[in-house]
Amino acid sequence: MVIAAELGLIYAILAIGVYLTYRVLDFPDLTVDGSFTTGAALSAVLIVSGTPIWVALIVSIVGGMAAGVVTGLLHVWGNINPLLAGILTQIALYSINLRIMGKANVPLLRQSTLMTPLREAGLLGTWGAVAIFAVVVAIVGAAVYGFLGTGFGVAIRATGDNELMARSQGVNTGVTKVAGLAISNGLVALCGAFMAQYQGYADISMGIGLIVAGLASVIIGQAIFGMTAVWQAVLAAVLGSVIYRAVIQLALNAGLNPNDMKMISAVIVVIALVLPQWSVFKKIRHRRRRVMAAEAV
Amino acid sequence: MLQLENITKRFFAGTVNERTALDGLNLKLGEGDFVTVIGSNGAGKSTLLNVISGRYTPDEGQVTIDGRRVTRQAEHRRASRVGRVFQDPMAGTSPHLTIEENLAIAFGRGQRRGLGLAVTGSKREVFREELKSLELGLENRLQMRVGMLSGGQRQALSLLMATYAKPAILLLDEHTAALDPSRAELITRLTGEQVARHHLTALMVTHNMQQAIELGNRLIMMHEGRIVLDVDEKAKKNTTPEHLLEEFGKIKGATLSDRTLLD
Repeated sequence: MVIAAELGLIYAILAIGVYLTYRVLDFPDLTVDGSFTTGAALSAVLIVSGTPIWVALIVSIVGGMAAGVVTGLLHVWGNINPLLAGILTQIALYSINLRIMGKANVPLLRQSTLMTPLREAGLLGTWGAVAIFAVVVAIVGAAVYGFLGTGFGVAIRATGDNELMARSQGVNTGVTKVAGLAISNGLVALCGAFMAQYQGYADISMGIGLIVAGLASVIIGQAIFGMTAVWQAVLAAVLGSVIYRAVIQLALNAGLNPNDMKMISAVIVVIALVLPQWSVFKKIRHRRRRVMAAEAV
Repeated sequence: MLQLENITKRFFAGTVNERTALDGLNLKLGEGDFVTVIGSNGAGKSTLLNVISGRYTPDEGQVTIDGRRVTRQAEHRRASRVGRVFQDPMAGTSPHLTIEENLAIAFGRGQRRGLGLAVTGSKREVFREELKSLELGLENRLQMRVGMLSGGQRQALSLLMATYAKPAILLLDEHTAALDPSRAELITRLTGEQVARHHLTALMVTHNMQQAIELGNRLIMMHEGRIVLDVDEKAKKNTTPEHLLEEFGKIKGATLSDRTLLD
């Protein structure tokens, strides 16, 4: 379970990124599968070449942001459907990621990474590492929460919530969409950079299906913790990510084949999306809403 | 304040469904004018507002707002000079944002939206004062999400958001039509108050004849993309819904909107 908590917290950064597009912008962004690997590839190659780790992280974030900008421009300028725009960027990134790495796999085993001090201190795989990861995620989450409360952040949220209203209030919704996608994919790439260092290699296929994991985290978190205020939604995405990894871990412990994990991820997302439409759960939600409305008055 | 010259807008041009929504329309509004617009279904009333707000670009003609040609200017760019309240109370506000965040969006119109806090203590004071003018008690619920408000409350908020930045022209698109009578009356009264307070120039589409006559200082009637009747302030005082109907009957083939209310 400690491993699941570690993984869940690292992937929580991706979940926050997916929250920004899927929930805040109402833009299901499939760029994630590609930009995650871009972040991992850039940081792995730079670390191997002896670049300072913080430079590698910044380059990774910028790379992910660039991918988000491409998807955003395809949609805003090219009028391409959001799903298709994301898929196109994702596929193009596969080639780009191979170019960055030069091969399908870049090992980091004997390199000094962010994980090296943790490993030397014997913290990896203990609750100590979990605590450190939690602090990092808390900083990222707080930064995103703070950003969403700024003038520009509120404009991004209005764009996803009621685009026509945003435009009639003078918000350039093209800019807010591109910026939102850039920030989201920057976070996803940062997550990829952390993940490469955590597992000790970058691999061309490490991003496959991660959008599903991200969506699962956001949806599970929302289903369990509800979402009203922005800080609650960000926290729900983080906790959703940890729960998702715990569920996967339990499935593995129960003897399921690791090759079936993508299948299980997809099933989890389908369940999380379909269950709330069933009448039993609708009633629970309505009751919750009524209580909230009563409290608000 | 607003000048429309020879505006033509066609939809589905070149197909069997081609429809001319605005047909060489001319309209000039002076500063402080409050013009009500009535007309038949498909007369081009909504298209007219969409051309002014920038949601549609006319095929021909010029739009001038406050002395500036804005014919091809994007909607968000002219938003600081155009305020708009829609028929649908859900359209003018953002449901998942709080009341104060919605107001921050509106009050930041025409300014750069940067990385400063959207809602600060001093802004909150301004919001509270502004909301008090609505007399709905919203000033005590700044942190409530707008989706929890009733249609009338949301429309009142939309009105405040559309008028606060003192636009050169305020567009009201049947903005009381979706409300129950008492709420509609409240929104009508608030509209008059806000327009008077900021000395706004306004264009209001309505299907309520009585409202069209009572509000504003000029009334125009549209049919098939053109203005067919223009009633000035003096003549408007003496006109009645029946008289307007009669005028309408003179136009061949014209029937008033099937939602028309006589009183």
